[in-house]
Amino acid sequence: MIDEGLRNELAKQGVVATSLQELYNWGRSNSVWPLSFGLACCAIEMIAASMSKWDISRFGSEVFRPSPRQADLMIVAGTVTKKMAPQVVRLYNQMAEPKYVIAMGACAISGGPFKQGYNVLKGIDRLLPVDVHIPGCPPRPEALLHALVTLQEKIAKQELTGPNRPRHLRADLPSEFPVPEYGEHDLVPAKNETLWQPEPVVRAG
Amino acid sequence: MPIPNPEELKTRLEAALPGVRVEVFPNPAVPAQSSLLIAPAEAVAVAKFLQDEPQLRLDMCSNVTGVDWPDREEKVKVKQLVDGVEKEVEEVRRHPGCLEAVYHLYSVALKQGPVILRQRTANRTDDTAVASLTPVWRGCEFQEREAYDLFGIRFTGHPDLRRILMWDEFKDHPMRKDYVEPDDYEYEPTPHDEVLDRAKAHYPAPEVKA
Amino acid sequence: MSDARNQLYQIRPKVAPDGAELEGELLEVSMGPQHPSTHGVFRMDVVLDGETVVKLKPVFGYLHRNHEKIGEGTSYLSSMPYTDRLDYFSSLTNNWAYALAVEKLSGLVVPERAEYIRVITAELTRLQNHTSLCGFLLQDMGALGTPLMWAFREREKVLDLFESLTGARMMCNYMRFGGCRCDLPPGWLEQARKLVDEYPRFLGEFEALLSGNEILMARSQGVGRLSPELAVSAGVTGPMLRASGVDYDLRKVDRYGIYERFEFRVPLGDHGDVFDRYMIRVLEMHETLKILRQALQQIPEGPVVDPKAKLRGFRPKVGESYGRLEGPKGEIGFYLISDGSANPYRYRVRPPSFINLTILEDMCLGRSVADAVIILGSVDIVLGEVDR
Repeated sequence: MIDEGLRNELAKQGVVATSLQELYNWGRSNSVWPLSFGLACCAIEMIAASMSKWDISRFGSEVFRPSPRQADLMIVAGTVTKKMAPQVVRLYNQMAEPKYVIAMGACAISGGPFKQGYNVLKGIDRLLPVDVHIPGCPPRPEALLHALVTLQEKIAKQELTGPNRPRHLRADLPSEFPVPEYGEHDLVPAKNETLWQPEPVVRAG
Repeated sequence: MPIPNPEELKTRLEAALPGVRVEVFPNPAVPAQSSLLIAPAEAVAVAKFLQDEPQLRLDMCSNVTGVDWPDREEKVKVKQLVDGVEKEVEEVRRHPGCLEAVYHLYSVALKQGPVILRQRTANRTDDTAVASLTPVWRGCEFQEREAYDLFGIRFTGHPDLRRILMWDEFKDHPMRKDYVEPDDYEYEPTPHDEVLDRAKAHYPAPEVKA
Repeated sequence: MSDARNQLYQIRPKVAPDGAELEGELLEVSMGPQHPSTHGVFRMDVVLDGETVVKLKPVFGYLHRNHEKIGEGTSYLSSMPYTDRLDYFSSLTNNWAYALAVEKLSGLVVPERAEYIRVITAELTRLQNHTSLCGFLLQDMGALGTPLMWAFREREKVLDLFESLTGARMMCNYMRFGGCRCDLPPGWLEQARKLVDEYPRFLGEFEALLSGNEILMARSQGVGRLSPELAVSAGVTGPMLRASGVDYDLRKVDRYGIYERFEFRVPLGDHGDVFDRYMIRVLEMHETLKILRQALQQIPEGPVVDPKAKLRGFRPKVGESYGRLEGPKGEIGFYLISDGSANPYRYRVRPPSFINLTILEDMCLGRSVADAVIILGSVDIVLGEVDR
């Protein structure tokens, strides 16, 4: 990229030097529009984060779009139940690339306090790729803002060319994921094998 | 709240509806909340009496609960004559299980309550029908649907009996005591108790250093 | 009941200006579970004749987290954090209702200071719940932003009080069987008194902005009428029932806790429409402030938990109990069947929002889609409670 010292010198003269990648990522990361999609208690903290005390519009995300076609970011806030899971995946499929997912709260990461249950999907990352996880039950609005900043930093670091391109610039990676069906005892399929492989936990001592 | 105690309610019901079968189900912890066990065939008549009787006026059904009582065996020591000698023999008594619907009734007009009614099914397998009290109290509608969904109690006379919390294609009744939930415990970093047993099926057991 | 619903299923004949009859079709729309104005993952399958609602079937279960099954699997005290997550706006009243049911079952006695703390926290919960509801209702009516922003600004002040007392903003987990978890920190009472003194100014601003607003009145007066007979038969409780004119407030009827010591009135509505439900909640906020002023003045010193209460190894008597109280949304009750062991045999929550939804269809039939949205908003549902 450009040498920082040279960049600062030029900036003092009123000349802004940047690369196409930085400009592209700067525009994308500072205006991430979330989908208004709250499931449970974490949704209230998400609403609180968008209200006047913890203003989310400072970060460019005040425009919560109701339609998935117009949103960039899906904040899965709350427990994803098996009854709701096909709807979540369908909404994700309807979003246009580039799209990101933040799993907010313990329930969206792994099922949370309701993990032992017949209707609870034990983590949304069984069905969708997640970019940022926020622990907490519920996480404070400041934690959501921290996650948003982390996501913005992640977007700013994405490269436009080369093997580390993000998913939306690669033709071989899927951007839509199969929607599970309601089975007789469980969802069919219960998890997306290509997305989520649990590591075997072997503990000693 | 001058609601008569359950024994008096039983006498009144027997006086007003001849032939009705009512049993008092005692509650050792809170005696004021003892309940009346009624038969499904007369349930609607009993309910209408409780709603219309001017001293009771129980016009709100506040809560409908489903309960699962599985079959259980009880070992009882009984004195029996064995070869002419009286001995204590252990006998196994089988109590058949049933499903139960419990109704908590209150009176908004007279500000009194609760009166608790119970209806039991014949067994847990094929005859799980009780009478629906939705024609008497509209508030039972969703709660009876929930009891059907989670326990499998069929309420005859319910206007719209279908699943309410689980999806329609679901086949089991999850709140029963013998329900086995689907096994998605493949990733358990900190398992314990029965979760550990389920998790062990998926990954090698934690090795313990000697 | 079904005849009235069946009558509206026919499409009303439509006539063109030149007298010719027009053909029409019914349109079935699924509103939800992701929708800008539903309060959580709630779905309404509406059948429309033009803009008029002909049939409405609520579908829920999208947040069914098997709370009751978990309750059967854990001990009594371990279920307390789960009660926070039922009606996640008013966690402290849920905690108190559960503690009430268990105290009835086990015979524990709550000391006086704990009763006062319970009343103060429950009324603060009611205050912030009604404030948020007014914000959400106006958001549904189309006033996007401002009322909700104001409501949440005030709610944050109440949440600050909860956080300094219990350690958490929303999931407080504060009540224990026989009292409260810990005593008030120093300075909390002064902070609470300051909030109660400043709140009427905010309420005055809010009412001046909204209660006489002609759009609010035109959209909500006469909409979603609920007759008192149907409300009582359907088990509706809380502000919805009182808006229909039925005088039934559990704080006055059951007289649980120490509510008899406080002087407050119960506002009642005349028409049972959306405007009445909104005004009842505003008036209840004023009554809540009255109770808070009295309680904050009268609170004595003393222990906050019953000395006979055991945290570990708590085993109540065999039997069952039903304990209920007036939560911000209605009557929240817990029905427990105990078999003498550490876990309950049956643990049931009586959810006010679930039961208040029974007559949603009756209120929305014949009205337009836009009205259906605000009628749902005025019922004040929280999906954590509806689905458990």
